[in-house]
Amino acid sequence: MAAEQMLPFEKPISDLREKIATLKTLAENNGMDFSEEIARLEEKCKAMEEELYNEMTPAQKMHIARLHQRPTSLDFIQAVFTDFMELHGDRLFADDLAIVGGLAKLNGLPVTVIGHQRGKDTKDNIARFFGSPHPEGFRKALRLMQQANKFNRPIITFIDTKGAYPGNTAEERGQSEAIARNLREMAGFGVPIVCIVIGEGGSGGALALGVGNRVLMLENAIYSAISPNGAASILWKDATKADIAAEAMKITAKDLLEFEVIEDIVEEPQGGAHRDLAFTAERLKEKLWKHLVELLPMTPEQLIEDRYHKFRKIGQFRMAEAASQETPQASQESDAPEMTESAKV
Amino acid sequence: MQIKDLFSKKKYATIPSERPKRDIPEGLMNKCSKCGTIQYSKELDKNLKVCSSCGHHYRLSAWERIGMTLDDGRLFEYDAEMESVDPMEFPGYKGKLEQQRQKNPSLREAVVTGEGTINGHPVVVAVMSFDFFSGSMGSVVGEKITRAIEAAHEKKLPLLIFSTSGGARMQESILSLMQMAKTSAALSMFQGAGGLFISVFTDPTMGGVSASFASLGDYNLAEPGALVGFAGRIVIEQTIRQKLPDNFQTAEFNMQHGQLDLVVHRKDMKVTIGKLLDMHTVREGLSHGG
Repeated sequence: MAAEQMLPFEKPISDLREKIATLKTLAENNGMDFSEEIARLEEKCKAMEEELYNEMTPAQKMHIARLHQRPTSLDFIQAVFTDFMELHGDRLFADDLAIVGGLAKLNGLPVTVIGHQRGKDTKDNIARFFGSPHPEGFRKALRLMQQANKFNRPIITFIDTKGAYPGNTAEERGQSEAIARNLREMAGFGVPIVCIVIGEGGSGGALALGVGNRVLMLENAIYSAISPNGAASILWKDATKADIAAEAMKITAKDLLEFEVIEDIVEEPQGGAHRDLAFTAERLKEKLWKHLVELLPMTPEQLIEDRYHKFRKIGQFRMAEAASQETPQASQESDAPEMTESAKV
Repeated sequence: MQIKDLFSKKKYATIPSERPKRDIPEGLMNKCSKCGTIQYSKELDKNLKVCSSCGHHYRLSAWERIGMTLDDGRLFEYDAEMESVDPMEFPGYKGKLEQQRQKNPSLREAVVTGEGTINGHPVVVAVMSFDFFSGSMGSVVGEKITRAIEAAHEKKLPLLIFSTSGGARMQESILSLMQMAKTSAALSMFQGAGGLFISVFTDPTMGGVSASFASLGDYNLAEPGALVGFAGRIVIEQTIRQKLPDNFQTAEFNMQHGQLDLVVHRKDMKVTIGKLLDMHTVREGLSHGG
């Protein structure tokens, strides 16, 4: 088995595993019987793993979501779909490899799949800008989605990016406009759109593939307006406090389900998706199909309405009492009833 | 006395400079942040807060902008009482909100929305204010903008938005990100039904606001020198490890790269918007070639 990259918080477990392995070799080489000891340690290891992985903090999940060996969009596309045919280019400027897309079949149904794509090694990562798209990437995605809309194919997107690429050429070619246009156009497509956050969902660059009827997240994926590192450097002028920011920012799948930003969570194996791609892909395929089947009978108008409603209701605010309108200080009273209301269409 | 003492350094007393320090009495005068010229506040106001020396457009608060843009400065305001809550229980957010409200007694949030007329044309307007929480977009900004778009849709009125923002309000994390989708989806409905949207970028418009409704105008205008972009200069310089030119992300830079229809001087803004509105007014009694 290839050496697994262990995160700092996983060290107690890897230490214990090492100990077990040493004991085993010792037993083999010297013909001694440590089987009782080994069994006891293995039992302990299992218990530790359960305790650790069932109660992971947001920061620990963030580290898992960012693991280099975490499955990428292409891994899931290969594992979940058949007959994948990759298509290239935005017809305007270039083929941005930070986004992949094309045609594929899901349980025999033709669909359009699109996703952010991180690299597998340094060279690949440089070619793919570490999964951070330029405007041409978003425009390639838009072109493929328009094609899907024309031919009445459902759209499946995989979200996995730190964010849109922050570079001068990206700005010159209209990074803002490319993202904004995707948000508006995705809202108007008359085909089912299901989005899955598989790793890191960072900011506008993630959302530009994220305006779906259903948005799902892998159990250890994160999704936020700004990366915890970015938030930490703005709030406390210290990017190394990302772990603290991660706790405060409500970035986990469970949090987002509570805020009704996502509709469902896809289970991962203990320790994270990289431990067992086949298992994760199978769960993902089940959930994906379940949601797609609910959307397929809907008319284009119903799908647009459904998607509009999903995003329309997101947000929390309150109406200050009319009396305090002239004197905003009046709202200082902390014991005033909190009339939080969520918007109704 | 030895000879070397002749060459020893003398000590000089420092005499205060006769040039007055370029400090300005609070309120009475203003110093231009671009060229340093000091002007009487009254003169500056008369000049629509544009520096008479270098043409630098000072940032305006929402109400100043409304005063300059709408006929008689009159606005029928929507959702004036809507204010932010602290949905994430984010450390320090409640206090910061309170501080922002006290600093800006005339504002409850970073955007003012409502209805008014421009040269007699009725419009729905949304005007953002950078002085409130850096114009950042949280639930309230997203909701008020969305309601303004929906009002324009229902009443079949043109929509005009003046944007200025540092980006998403990170204290509302994912909810603030989703306001980008919410406002853009509302524009999809409105513009899909033939609605007219004029978007004006003012200094600065960055991040999540630039990457959602502000970039989606049927006409995208900007004030001279306004900073418009997605990522901030410092982040970009760190990424590409190069120094960026001084004019990077200015309105003029954006127009040069095809991202804007027009850069419009503040004194011409109302006339330009009026003209655009006029171009979209269907007149009765006009016939082709008649």
